[in-house]
Amino acid sequence: MASELDPQTLEKLKAAAAAARQAADSAQAYADQFAAGAHGLSGGAIDPFIFRVAIFALAVFVGYYVVWSVKPALHTPLMSVTNAISSVIVVGALLSAGVEVTSADDGAGTARFYGFLALILASVNIFGGFLVTERMLSMFKKKG
Amino acid sequence: MNASFAALLYLISGILFILALRGLGSPETAREGNRFGVIGMAIAIITTLLYQFPASFFSFFLVVVGIAIGGAIGVWRARTIKMTEMPQLVAFFHALVGLAAVLVAASALNAPKAFGLGIPGGIHAGSLLEMALGAAIGAITFTGSIIAYLKLDGKMSGAPIMLPNRHVINIGLAALLFVFIFAFMMTEGHFVFWLIALTAFALGVLVIIPIGGADMPVVISMLNSYSGWAAAAVGFTLGNLALIITGALVGSSGAILSYVMCKGMNRSFISVILGGFGGEVAAPPPGEAGEAGKETRSVQQATPEEAGKLLKAAKRVIIVPGYGLAVAQAQHAVREIADVLKKNGADVKYAIHPVAGRMPGHMNVLLAEANVPYDEVFELEEINPEFKDADVALVIGANDVTNPAAKTDTASPIYGMPILDVELAKAVLFVKRGMGSGYAGVENELFFRPNTKMLFGDAKKVADSVLRAME
Repeated sequence: MASELDPQTLEKLKAAAAAARQAADSAQAYADQFAAGAHGLSGGAIDPFIFRVAIFALAVFVGYYVVWSVKPALHTPLMSVTNAISSVIVVGALLSAGVEVTSADDGAGTARFYGFLALILASVNIFGGFLVTERMLSMFKKKG
Repeated sequence: MNASFAALLYLISGILFILALRGLGSPETAREGNRFGVIGMAIAIITTLLYQFPASFFSFFLVVVGIAIGGAIGVWRARTIKMTEMPQLVAFFHALVGLAAVLVAASALNAPKAFGLGIPGGIHAGSLLEMALGAAIGAITFTGSIIAYLKLDGKMSGAPIMLPNRHVINIGLAALLFVFIFAFMMTEGHFVFWLIALTAFALGVLVIIPIGGADMPVVISMLNSYSGWAAAAVGFTLGNLALIITGALVGSSGAILSYVMCKGMNRSFISVILGGFGGEVAAPPPGEAGEAGKETRSVQQATPEEAGKLLKAAKRVIIVPGYGLAVAQAQHAVREIADVLKKNGADVKYAIHPVAGRMPGHMNVLLAEANVPYDEVFELEEINPEFKDADVALVIGANDVTNPAAKTDTASPIYGMPILDVELAKAVLFVKRGMGSGYAGVENELFFRPNTKMLFGDAKKVADSVLRAME
């Protein structure tokens, strides 16, 4: 397969990869500016906790309106998909499973063990949840 | 990758989850929505790994192995589960989210540095509160869902288990939980953390055991909601936007579904939680027909041949399936009856009551599995005006949801419950195991109406013989 790639294509791929890297870097620069701006606007006086509460409260409202627009016929897939997305708790599991364990045992080993267990549980949910939703939804067919 | 950029990516993954739910607004966009969910999850996982790559090769190995083990189990369950067993599967998945929340909170307590929470012994009191809440709600979700799973799966009786003084016990445990949480915030003690988890585990069991099998659609929605709030609490601990947004979405989604189910059953949320109702439905006694002697009014019976003739002459037929249909695995036979009717030029529709299955929307999935097109399946509000024009209403495995007493008899326990106006059809064919009453324990007025004909027997066998009579 690789032999079929002529040098020109290879160059193009390299250029694309470089462009992607650049895009990621500039996105990060924007993000930094944005964060600094938000922090600056609040004068650094507003606890990040308040921002989190704000996002949480708004998401509750978004959830409320979005879920009311779901047809009752799709309530079972709704439940299995909400179940799958709530396993985004895997983020916490990944952080703890990947924690640095030093010889001085400061609980990191224990944390890693819990993280590993949580990772297994959340993965069951992620794969199982999305797949079973897909399986159900593929059964819903129109007339004819 | 720095923290702000990671936060932005988590926000994007949260937005994709919103789009995933939005996609479920209609069956056409639903699969696309599910894919948004998958992409959102992939972004969250990759972001986490890039932001804080596993510290050692062994840790990386654990991550890969953990995902592989969990993923394999998940794929296997998703592929092999029967659609009738969906409620059990969902209950089981809720349990996993709950336990994962407890474990993540425990890890955060043990290695606060990895989560940016400071050094052990010096964790901010706010973070400790979030951790404790995540663990407590997660633990209640875990054991509560396990009990719900056991009840739904028939591994445990669906009958309510009523402990003496259970309300006092529950209030006592809840108070204890608050004391422990306060103590934990003051001391950051690991032992107190596990006391919180243990108390919440016990509370989860005690809250769900008095709730009867028939109320499971509410319970499963409620636990869905709890798993969301647990995820949100952990999201606050980690300061993770994807988790906070998702937790809020799932929490409100589950709350709405609980409300819809309670309304469909004409039960208040409080009375469901207090429990002790409707245990008999999960395992109906086989000798139900024996109770017929108590009723003095007589019903008209029809043979499968008469039923077949009636159906063949009909121009408009509405089929009303209930959970009994799924238990008897009669959905395919019913769809074949519908096929014959459609070939005869009749108009066939399905009417679904909100609590027709064991979880919200369950009956729609079962019908879809039996190749019933979704545009022939209608909700209660859509179909009720059409019963008066129907020649035949074919009721299979449903009972209380068709009882006209809910509209007229103020003394009836189901008074006020939304029901399907089956009695308005010119003729009603009612397939039923015996003359026993439904889970609400009330006699169905419909059986004694002059336009109702009863077909007694197992739903699948009756449907098969009606089908044979029609062919």
